[in-house]
Amino acid sequence: MQVPAPFEYARASTVDEAIELLGRHGAGARLVAGGHSLLPMMKLRLARPDALVDINGLSDLDYIRVDGDEIAIGAMTRHAGVLGSAVLAEHYRIFAEAERVIADPIVRNRGTVGGSLCQADPAEDLSAVFAALRGTAVVRSASGSRTVALREFHTGPYETVVGEGEILVEVRVPIRTHLGSAYEKVERRAGDWAIAAAGAFVQLDDAGAVRDVGLGLAAVGAEHYTCEEAEDLLRGRPLSDEAIAEAAALCAQRCQPQADQRGPVDYKRHLVGVLVGRALRRSAGRARGEEV
Amino acid sequence: MTTTERPADSDDLRSPAGNPLGFGRMLRKEDARFLRGHGRYVDDVVLPGMLHGAILRSPYAHARILSVDTTAADAHPGVKAVITGKTLEGLNLAWMPTLSGDVTAVLATDKVRFQGQEVAFVIADDEYTARDALELVDVEYEPLPAVVDARHALDPDAPVIRDDLDGRTDNHIYDWEAGDAEACEAAFARADVVVAEDMIYPRVHPAPMETCGSVAYMDKVTGKLTVWTTTQAPHAHRTVYALVAGLPEHKIQIISPDIGGGFGNKVGIYPGYVLSIVGSIVTGAPVKWMEDRSENLMSTSFARDYHMHGEIAATKDGKILALRVNVLADHGAFNGVAQPTKFPAGFFHVFTGSYDYPAAHCKVTAVYTNKALGGVAYACSFRITEAVYLVERMVDCLAFELKMDPAELRMKNLLRPEQFPYTSPTGWVYDSGDYPRALAEAMRIAGYDELRKEQAERRAAAARPGADPSAPLMGIGLSFFTEAVGAGPRKHMDILGLGMADGCELRLHPTGKAQLRLSVQTQGQGHETTFAQIVSHVIGIPPEDIEVLHGDTDNTPFGLGTYGSRSTPVSGAAAAVAAQRVKEKARIVAAAALECSVEDLEWEHGRWYVRGDPESAKTMAELAMAAHSALELPEGVEGHLDASVVYDPPNLTYPFGAYICVVDVDPQTGAVKVRRFIAVDDCGPRINPMIVEGQVHGGLADGVGMALMEVIAFDSDGNNLGGSFMDYLLPTSMECPSWELGMTVTPSPHHPIGVKGVGESATVGSPAAVVNAVLDALGLRHADMPFTPAMTWRAMQGRPMRPDLAIE
Ligand SMILES: Cc1cc2nc3c(=O)[nH]c(=O)nc-3n(C[C@H](O)[C@H](O)[C@H](O)COP(=O)(O)OP(=O)(O)OC[C@H]3O[C@@H](n4cnc5c(N)ncnc54)[C@H](O)[C@@H]3O)c2cc1C
Repeated sequence: MQVPAPFEYARASTVDEAIELLGRHGAGARLVAGGHSLLPMMKLRLARPDALVDINGLSDLDYIRVDGDEIAIGAMTRHAGVLGSAVLAEHYRIFAEAERVIADPIVRNRGTVGGSLCQADPAEDLSAVFAALRGTAVVRSASGSRTVALREFHTGPYETVVGEGEILVEVRVPIRTHLGSAYEKVERRAGDWAIAAAGAFVQLDDAGAVRDVGLGLAAVGAEHYTCEEAEDLLRGRPLSDEAIAEAAALCAQRCQPQADQRGPVDYKRHLVGVLVGRALRRSAGRARGEEV
Repeated sequence: MTTTERPADSDDLRSPAGNPLGFGRMLRKEDARFLRGHGRYVDDVVLPGMLHGAILRSPYAHARILSVDTTAADAHPGVKAVITGKTLEGLNLAWMPTLSGDVTAVLATDKVRFQGQEVAFVIADDEYTARDALELVDVEYEPLPAVVDARHALDPDAPVIRDDLDGRTDNHIYDWEAGDAEACEAAFARADVVVAEDMIYPRVHPAPMETCGSVAYMDKVTGKLTVWTTTQAPHAHRTVYALVAGLPEHKIQIISPDIGGGFGNKVGIYPGYVLSIVGSIVTGAPVKWMEDRSENLMSTSFARDYHMHGEIAATKDGKILALRVNVLADHGAFNGVAQPTKFPAGFFHVFTGSYDYPAAHCKVTAVYTNKALGGVAYACSFRITEAVYLVERMVDCLAFELKMDPAELRMKNLLRPEQFPYTSPTGWVYDSGDYPRALAEAMRIAGYDELRKEQAERRAAAARPGADPSAPLMGIGLSFFTEAVGAGPRKHMDILGLGMADGCELRLHPTGKAQLRLSVQTQGQGHETTFAQIVSHVIGIPPEDIEVLHGDTDNTPFGLGTYGSRSTPVSGAAAAVAAQRVKEKARIVAAAALECSVEDLEWEHGRWYVRGDPESAKTMAELAMAAHSALELPEGVEGHLDASVVYDPPNLTYPFGAYICVVDVDPQTGAVKVRRFIAVDDCGPRINPMIVEGQVHGGLADGVGMALMEVIAFDSDGNNLGGSFMDYLLPTSMECPSWELGMTVTPSPHHPIGVKGVGESATVGSPAAVVNAVLDALGLRHADMPFTPAMTWRAMQGRPMRPDLAIE
């Protein structure tokens, strides 16, 4: 049995209480949501918080709903909730496609949207999804709420803008029309983290040109989990094979993967090219109403 | 199914519980407790006053220990004792013998020699305190360069790992050879075609679900030592503890309760077991030690790690003439391979496989590296997995060069039924087999010709202009294996001087219920069911009336344990012979009861009856009561119905099989999907076909795992890169197709009920089939497993990577 170092434990039943508990326990306190990232690190003693503030009681943060022209997702929504959501399925196929390949049912039943984004693991699939969709994060503290673009949310591997005494409460995604989205991931085995993954949405205008496009990249050292240059290159152009190839090549070039037992750098770059191409192609197909 | 299949015992003969009276499908007797959560494993053992131990392990692969300071740990509240190498030196227990004539450190004294090696043992009131206090033990290390790549272990400037051994100046362990080098040379000289290939069977881990652990209690009043421990060989462990620690063997009781998988991982004796015993002696209290997952993966017995160079010689029309192989064996820092003593490379020299050719030779050179010790584990039948992989890859390499269909090449060279018993070029006597029939059956189930047609069509489509570049590459792979299991004949096979014969005791109670005591220990194989069926088959009482007892050395006869698929070939034979003796004794009792002569009695469906008068009969249950009654028995015949047997197998048994795997490879990402897997196994008559199929299913999953993802690699500092289940990947149901099983039945001529082992057949046979399929898809002659997407893609690029080293 792997055993974490000693720590204090408190359970919050409201967001305000969670913030208060964080304040009371000071800099050494950490929130625990699903615990699927934090607890393994604690057992290996790579993380040693003095205190855990358990927010699993905050069931009012477990929701997915349409709110004006956006979809709002509560931070305590479990992966399984995202996977099964009819609202998300209607607007963004990318969510279910990414969720299907995140970990396994046991992890998905417990792991949360908030935990995934705040963990800021470079291979986190939802970070790439939200980056692709240009979502925004709502962060609360004792002094009120602030909104942060998802593409500015992560400040580095395992680092986010969420500061001491703050809690991520919600993630918002704009609703778009004439749209298709898709997620592509290659893993060594079901349940493993991505070797590389790419997500995309494509919005086409009536002429078939790209009105808007979003790209998300996981596990390959892409800045803010995306490649804006490639998006810029596609916007306004018809989504031809050449355009896709150019964008994919740019993504492969700009990302900065690291070699590990999942694969060497050249392979990961190559995969980025393949997966961006596939995600764009399927997104475009879906935007045109094809079954892909 | 074929004509020689032994029919299941007749269907209309069912026990009151609906079970077959003998062979046939029945649910496992042990599952009632497992499914209800009533299994009792070592970690479930809780004794009054029990303390908990935890092991401090080396962060370095190779380092000198300058000092170990336990002051802070000793002072930590709840800590009862801290044991170091120094403590053990005082007890003459710092080193212990391995199963291969080497010694290994219980706790390191001079140096640490692999990452994860045991350095100190903390005993505390609870496991949390023990683990907290580990951080308070202050060890000063002087890091040394590590030997990581076995291929450089014998370089003149390689650091010497085993400077504890007198006069050691290099990392060489042994050279060993088998076969006839000269005959091989001559055969190669006259061959039309010679193909050579280098291949790695990388280091993998058995990774049982339950990690290793023990609870030891030395009762100072009675002098009795009781150890509940995760062992596949409780009796052997008892004797080794007696020999090593000088404890009286009659005062040692080893209890191996329910075991959550072994696969060879639980054959040897680990420092943690010894430390729990020492801990109990030091503290006077029971001490529990249970390792965590990373400890299991990093410090307990690995498997394989063979670097092989094969050469095959043949005529141009594909008749194999000879095979030779050089092996570089990475044994880690201590030679701790578990195998029969006279077989330093296990049974690797059955690498000649299932084919008919006269000349073969192998040479194995074993070296030390800064890695964990172990070697024979993971359902490999003493290195037969490596051997089968080698020959089945070499045959495919030959087919590749000859541009010949690999099935046709195999058919051309398989041993013929009339050649059995067959003596192989390296001296193994294969007991029985009909190989072409098994291969034909596998090809029939697979629809082999159709598959090849589909493959040709797909290849043609992919070559057309405008073809979809992501269309999968289809590959078809074959493998034919011959296993050698049931170790083994006592005059050839022993472990630490203990001959590999098994005891067994069968006792019928007066009411006709029976107890069968075995020396072997189930780890999930279903012994409690299979062995009851063996006895039922011979004496006709229902399997549910036979209690199988095992795993407690105070309650069972001596034997060497369960590994190498030996339980059914050896202990199964012992049980059958014991039952036959009981049956014959019952005949004497029947003669007395029916007042006839023994010769007048006939046996049918669990009863003796008077020939010509079937109404005059006694069932086994009636005879059991009679044997315990006042009935007068002939002079010299003792009462009761029981038998005690020691079975010394005359030979190994040789199960075999033909496997076909179909894969689809994504040409752009390198991802491999196993589409189909067909396995035709011949293990002789099937006692419980459901259990046999379960064993095959598990082994096939193992094979997919090894071929596609399992490997323990090390970085250049000797850091273990497979120390958790995030890093050491086991296959899931998602990677496994729905297995398609078939069978043929060729009984063993020397086993009392004709059965052969099956526990490891699929692990032995399947990796080569998957690898051959992947390489067939890629159109490559060879590349090393595991075929992770990255490995596959790099192989396609012509820039393959070493699977055993860190990816850079
Ligand atoms: C076996 C396994 C496989 C996995 N595979 C994948 C995979 O393939 N792809 C993938 O993307 N992920 C994968 N994961 C990760 C999994 O998705 C995340 O672990 C999980 O979703 C994180 O969420 P959690 O709720 O468990 O977070 P926790 O572990 O509870 O928390 C993670 C971090 O976030 C902080 N935190 C949590 N909630 C908040 C909040 N509301 N506000 C501020 N900070 C917060 C915590 O303090 C902690 O630092 C895998 C995990 C496991 C165990």
